[in-house]
Amino acid sequence: MKTLNVLAVGAALAAVAAAPAQAGKTLDTIKQRGQLICGVSQATAGFSRPNNQGAWEGLDVDFCKAVAVAIFGDASKVRYVSTTSPQRFPALQSGEVDMLSRTTTATLTRDTVNGFNFAPVTFYDGQGFMVPKKLGVKSAKELNGATVCVSPGTTTELNLADYFRAQKMQFKPVVIEKVDEIRSAYFSGRCDVYTTDASGLASMRAVDAPVPDDHIILPEIISKEPLAPTVRHGDEEFADIVRWSVYATIEAEELGIGSTNLDQMLKSEDPGIKRFLGVTPGNGKALGIDEKFAYNIIKQVGNYGEIFERNVGKGTPLKLERGLNDLWTRGGLQYAQPFR
Amino acid sequence: MAEIAHGGPAATPMRPPAIEIGVAGWVRKNLFNGVWNSLLTIVAGYVLLTTVPGLLDWAIFRAVWSADTSAPCKVEGAGACWAFIADKHRLIFFGTYPYVEQWRPLLATGILLVLIVGSCDRRFWNRSLMIYWAVGLVLVAVLMWGGVFGLTYVSNLDWGGLPLTLIMAVVGCVFAFPIGLVLALGRRSHMPIIRWLSVSYIELIRGVPLITVLITASVIFPLFLPAGVSIDKLLRAQVGLILFEAAYIAEIVRGGLQAVPRGQHEAADSLGLSFFQKQRKIVLPQALRMVIPPLVGNFIGLFKSTTLVIVIGLFDLLNSAKAALTDLNWRGFSIELYIFTAAIYFIFCYSMSKYSQALERDLNKGTRR
Repeated sequence: MKTLNVLAVGAALAAVAAAPAQAGKTLDTIKQRGQLICGVSQATAGFSRPNNQGAWEGLDVDFCKAVAVAIFGDASKVRYVSTTSPQRFPALQSGEVDMLSRTTTATLTRDTVNGFNFAPVTFYDGQGFMVPKKLGVKSAKELNGATVCVSPGTTTELNLADYFRAQKMQFKPVVIEKVDEIRSAYFSGRCDVYTTDASGLASMRAVDAPVPDDHIILPEIISKEPLAPTVRHGDEEFADIVRWSVYATIEAEELGIGSTNLDQMLKSEDPGIKRFLGVTPGNGKALGIDEKFAYNIIKQVGNYGEIFERNVGKGTPLKLERGLNDLWTRGGLQYAQPFR
Repeated sequence: MAEIAHGGPAATPMRPPAIEIGVAGWVRKNLFNGVWNSLLTIVAGYVLLTTVPGLLDWAIFRAVWSADTSAPCKVEGAGACWAFIADKHRLIFFGTYPYVEQWRPLLATGILLVLIVGSCDRRFWNRSLMIYWAVGLVLVAVLMWGGVFGLTYVSNLDWGGLPLTLIMAVVGCVFAFPIGLVLALGRRSHMPIIRWLSVSYIELIRGVPLITVLITASVIFPLFLPAGVSIDKLLRAQVGLILFEAAYIAEIVRGGLQAVPRGQHEAADSLGLSFFQKQRKIVLPQALRMVIPPLVGNFIGLFKSTTLVIVIGLFDLLNSAKAALTDLNWRGFSIELYIFTAAIYFIFCYSMSKYSQALERDLNKGTRR
């Protein structure tokens, strides 16, 4: 999510000079290979992890599938390559993977210096604070002098320092690497505050807290972590396909199309829906892919809401609220550009 | 009645003082033969008494052995949650290898183990062993990759778990050993260029940690390849591992070479043996025999070092186990998982160590005092 590693930056910067300009078109390579190679994480609950059968699943994985469906009409034509934080950018730059869907925060440096393009954000996250209710703290501004549990080597640690400096407050960091240990440190009271991405806080409160109501997540979100699929510069057509594959899932939810009512919707008279599902052709041709790509994505992967609920939503152990990831019509930030 | 030849009554056989035999004697001799030892025994006994019952209670008596969900493990007073391991054993052992095809890595692991165990028996130490190995390794490759004989192709990026760990360790040993041998001979060579090359290689590799070699191989190296060319991630890691290991083996073997008395070289020379005959028949057999302990120590190290491929995102045994931890339905059972994984590593490493001791005893019969 935010595992910005010192190594990653070093390696990525070193890579800029040496990165070969990708000669062959990424899309051509993918079609020739008959498979999309998608860089995912090493195992992050809800986003990408191998299940009991060793098959990859998660929100990030579903967007790999969506792109594979757009190109091949088949969600199974993806090879997942697990990448570490330091390794993910060189892997993308060198062409070892075609795209990353790996809880990667879109930033200016990555967009420019590293030579990447970001698809629409698939998950909006941001860093927050959780405190035990009994401390009586209502706002992060009251945290002066607090002991804060944080994991090392991430943007989380840097954001924390930035925030306290900006607010002219003091804090004592308790730096612990293992999530398990951080959890027990916080719940056993070794630190007053735990900070990580808001999604992580919510799930920790829901799942690990002995009594969830004893803890509150403070309203301040101190950083923006828009997580987005990433492609490298040099193949705009492929970047377009990735972008509109993500938009297709969001647009489908806006239009009220899900995997259950999909075939009914084919008969809809709404011109917007007809265009979207490829009943009225045009969009597919413009992207250079099947006219029914959106239909196929919804059929095989689902709309954004379904993807969210299946992997990280209320019914999952993570128990995340839609929050910022709700549609713009319901107060969130998910907003697809028009399909026309 | 036994009459003894020199006449006279037989001396009544006397038992040794009770205090030196039986349980009491053993205890006295081994546990309480001095103030310090008695003290140590008491302290150790106290520590054992306070920890072992609780440990057994947790690990066995109160443990949850099978359950479909984590609920029974979270009940107050429940012990170790082995049900978690049971639920995840396929993921831990085979990683991301396609589920329905997992009989293939299972079989491949079996073949590797048979080869390894078979090679431990000195009766099989002859030329045909190499043929068995060649055939075995080809079989393993066919099983793992597939793509022939109707087996579906499985990319080595999907390999994982114990087979991956074993393959990396075995292939690492098999290739690193000859390279190390050549480097050791090279370092002792009288030809300056060969010596300098060997020395600089060995010192360069020994000067950096393995993790640096792996990161270089996986992160930096691909960026220098021409566009469109990419060398397989597993291959890069494996080559990195081999090159690293070879430098260490070279130094170990060199230690053995230096311990072979000069007279042996001279004797071989006086027989008119060529350089290679001399090394193969006279020097190396003696040198290698002397370096079995550090060599095996090194192989054990290599077996454990394979877990470092975690930094390049391969799912070896430990990394697959860690992936199992990300199932939020089974949260909080990391201790059980790490104990289980440690036990697997222990079984392998301890048997290697035991075998090397036996081999050492066996090969040194002639020189033992």
